[in-house]
Amino acid sequence: MNKQIIFTIDQKECTSEAGKYIVDAARENGIYIPTLCNYKGVKPAGSCRVCTVKVNKRHLTACTTPVAEGMEIELNTTELNDLRKAVVEILFTEGNHFCPACEKSGNCELQALAYRFQIMAPRFPYQFNKRDVDASHPKILHDHNRCILCKRCIRAVKNEEGKSVFTFENRAKKVHIKLDEKLGDSLTDELAEKAMEVCPVGSILVKEKGFEIPIGERTYDKVPIGEMLITDK
Amino acid sequence: MSKPIIATTSLAGCFGCHMSFLDIDDRLLDLIELVEFNKSPINDIKNFTNVCDIGLIEGGCCNTENIHILKEFRKNCKILISFGECAIMGGLPAMRNDVPVRECLEEAYLSGPSTVNEERILPNDEELPMILNRVYPCHEVVKMDYHLPGCPPNADLIWDVLHALILDVNIELPYEVIKYD
Ligand code: SF4
Ligand code: SF4
Ligand code: FES
Repeated sequence: MNKQIIFTIDQKECTSEAGKYIVDAARENGIYIPTLCNYKGVKPAGSCRVCTVKVNKRHLTACTTPVAEGMEIELNTTELNDLRKAVVEILFTEGNHFCPACEKSGNCELQALAYRFQIMAPRFPYQFNKRDVDASHPKILHDHNRCILCKRCIRAVKNEEGKSVFTFENRAKKVHIKLDEKLGDSLTDELAEKAMEVCPVGSILVKEKGFEIPIGERTYDKVPIGEMLITDK
Repeated sequence: MSKPIIATTSLAGCFGCHMSFLDIDDRLLDLIELVEFNKSPINDIKNFTNVCDIGLIEGGCCNTENIHILKEFRKNCKILISFGECAIMGGLPAMRNDVPVRECLEEAYLSGPSTVNEERILPNDEELPMILNRVYPCHEVVKMDYHLPGCPPNADLIWDVLHALILDVNIELPYEVIKYD
């Protein structure tokens, strides 16, 4: 076991093993730091910025930064809470999120963060960018309108040889997720299910699987995202 | 003191938000004690006869008529509220926003599989409002003071917010009432 260290989050004293990522160390101490692109058991990418905290006047992503002895972490300040909210609002206006018609609604992490932050309407103008739905694969459906480019699918869904089944195509504004040309054909049912679970939003769906859980019983209908993790512990 | 006055309208919406408003059930009786209604489909008053305190807008703007009515509400209401996903972000009607209007009209009136239109006419009567290039959220047309999300917004959310505005008190909204579906 690594050596135990002491650090603070919003002045609350916490202890953890040295070298743990701030989000994980915080959770061990009963403190939830909102995350979105992070996925348990997968190497963090630090791409969404939802987990931003402040240490020594610098903004850091808590999912990629290890805790260190004596670290003083700012988490729930007005500035940081607003910044997290803004990131979520950007994602809502950049993609096309028609929640009332989305299979993931109620189980979606992006939506759940917006609920937790009580976002009534985004401050940015909606882009209404043209994005496609790709339903060509026999097992899964890809709705690019909802993809937040978090790369969780690329990082977490791998075949037996450890190769990523999903990949990015194009760059910058045109970038989108795609099943690998060759590996896509051999997508097993298990991997298809896993892809749907790994995707935080309703971008990857297993065909004929939508709307399985009735409204009122979905993951985030009654309990805010983050609360469960803390009570689970 | 005279009672606060409420007006409501449905622009490019489905009346679901108004149905949810009626879903406040017996609290409607409390509400009519507290307020007076002006222009609204609920009482069928067609034109503003008074300056209103609160205006509730369902639906976004998909044609010139919607824009006209929304501006009229802004002029006549002190507080204007977008209620429902369509008012806030265009909602399902805005699913056409990445398709050119001509293509939408052609699909609807000429080439749709169930369309019979031998003279191949697209609606062009000058009595009809012009369809806009895309559906606009209300707050992109006029200033909106509050937003109540939901498809439709939860009846408790509508009641809590109206009640608080009428009595001029602060409220904490419970987690369950803010939903986008
Ligand atoms: S992916 Fe999430 S935020 Fe996007 S439409 Fe679906 S439920 Fe809403
Ligand atoms: S498809 Fe889903 S998991 Fe993959 S990048 Fe897009 S949002 Fe993330
Ligand atoms: S969760 Fe840390 S950057 Fe996305």
